[in-house]
Amino acid sequence: MSDPTANTVLEMSGVRKAFGSNVVLSGVDLTVGRGECVVLIGASGSGKSTLLRCANLLETVDDGVITFEGEDITDPRVDGDRVRSRMGLVFQAYNLFPHLSVLGNVTLALRKVQGVAPAEAESRGLAMLDRVGLAEKARARPDDLSGGQQQRVAIARALVANPQLMLLDEVTSALDPELVGEVLDLLSDLKGEGVTMVLNTHEMGFARDVADTVCFLHDGVVHETGTPAQVIDAPQQERTRAFLSRIRA
Amino acid sequence: MRSTAVDGWQPSAIQLERESWRRRQATRSTAIAAASTLLVFGVVGALVVTSPGWERVHETYFNWDKAVDSFPAVAAGLWVNVKIMAISAVAIVIVSLTIAVMRTTRGPLAFPLRLLGTVYVDVFRGLPLLLVIFLLGFGGPALDLTGMPRSALFWGCASLVLSYSAYVAEVFRAGIESVHQSQRLAGRALGLTYAQTLRHVVLPQAWRRVLPALMNDLVSLQKDSGLIAVLGTVIDAIRAAQIETARDFNYTPYVVAGFLFICLTVPMARLTDWFARKQGFHAAGGML
Repeated sequence: MSDPTANTVLEMSGVRKAFGSNVVLSGVDLTVGRGECVVLIGASGSGKSTLLRCANLLETVDDGVITFEGEDITDPRVDGDRVRSRMGLVFQAYNLFPHLSVLGNVTLALRKVQGVAPAEAESRGLAMLDRVGLAEKARARPDDLSGGQQQRVAIARALVANPQLMLLDEVTSALDPELVGEVLDLLSDLKGEGVTMVLNTHEMGFARDVADTVCFLHDGVVHETGTPAQVIDAPQQERTRAFLSRIRA
Repeated sequence: MRSTAVDGWQPSAIQLERESWRRRQATRSTAIAAASTLLVFGVVGALVVTSPGWERVHETYFNWDKAVDSFPAVAAGLWVNVKIMAISAVAIVIVSLTIAVMRTTRGPLAFPLRLLGTVYVDVFRGLPLLLVIFLLGFGGPALDLTGMPRSALFWGCASLVLSYSAYVAEVFRAGIESVHQSQRLAGRALGLTYAQTLRHVVLPQAWRRVLPALMNDLVSLQKDSGLIAVLGTVIDAIRAAQIETARDFNYTPYVVAGFLFICLTVPMARLTDWFARKQGFHAAGGML
């Protein structure tokens, strides 16, 4: 069923999600290849976050098919917890657990979901914290860290179990401008290491640097898609041009 | 499942298959729940009914004629419980809110207030309610205070109010402290005074958060209003059942009283659940 050598990690076709009469996604088609970085752009409320939450099965789609590692995960017979354990999701507001230390946050899923022995979980957690440059903060509480540090911990937490896919939802939107850089640098490093990522952002400069594919979401569908050079620098669609000129203004 | 295809969407074949699978799963779960419920109740019921003493228990506790006989007196008593509960609840909210505000006031000048509030809560949360009712119910009237009623009903209610206010004050305090400091700052930044900030910013938010917990206490108060029966002169549902029972030592009136209390608390409990769900839903809709 699942072929780990296949080049497609995530594939969405005709994904629909409505909240009451508000149709957020009306038929999204999207393909994410292994090692690819897909950046979603679009106006507030265009469904970027909803798309990520659907991919993670935190929302149940109303229609359409999402295939992850060759498996139809929108099938209700599929165990969502198992699927989520192989994806990492990072939130805009970090959502770290305030009652756990930084290391406790990072190792929780290893210990409780993956069943890794405490000693090994700790060493992997510390290695991951070292990876994001926060090894010395392992024993600190999340509240004692800056926003940028908290977000790096959140990324470490999502990354530590070696997910096949990282979903990053507006990970710099809640940060002070001077803290945005450290998080974006980390994401660029991950991209360099071949981590498969889908992220949404308002940072067009970053999108241009890091994206293999840019998707412009409008009216519940992927309105325009292509390389950053195509979509951001030479958009073909009127809507895309209007959106880009608005955020640059 | 839904009928809001504002954009003319028709579910695809795969979606229809998923939905029919979910419906089958739901039907299956309901069937399993019904079967296991029947089984458990059936086994327990059979055990009770086939026990050697069932005949006597049935006669002493579940005598239909006795139930019908005693019902008017017990129901009239229950009305007394409802009145005790309603009056006490209003007084409890006032007293406990005062104590909670006293305990959350900051600054060195307010130290006596905080001390008073803390001592009050410590004492009345520590004392068993039954003991408070005995002490105040018999001791209160004996004080012969001018202007104070001497009825057991009054002093019984006072005991409930004193005891419950200590608990409820802590619920309010938790609510007040759960409102983030930034809300107070925002209030003060608008030029509101400390008291105005408390009144218009902090308390409305605190109140909403603790309402489910408060309603839980209200359900508890409904039952505990029956403890006043120990004073003997207030004919509430329990005291009425006691009197009815004393005629022929048939305990059915107690079962009648218990049944009536459940009839009273179940709607309140469902209302509490509904409210808690509603609150939870709103909280989940927030940013975090």
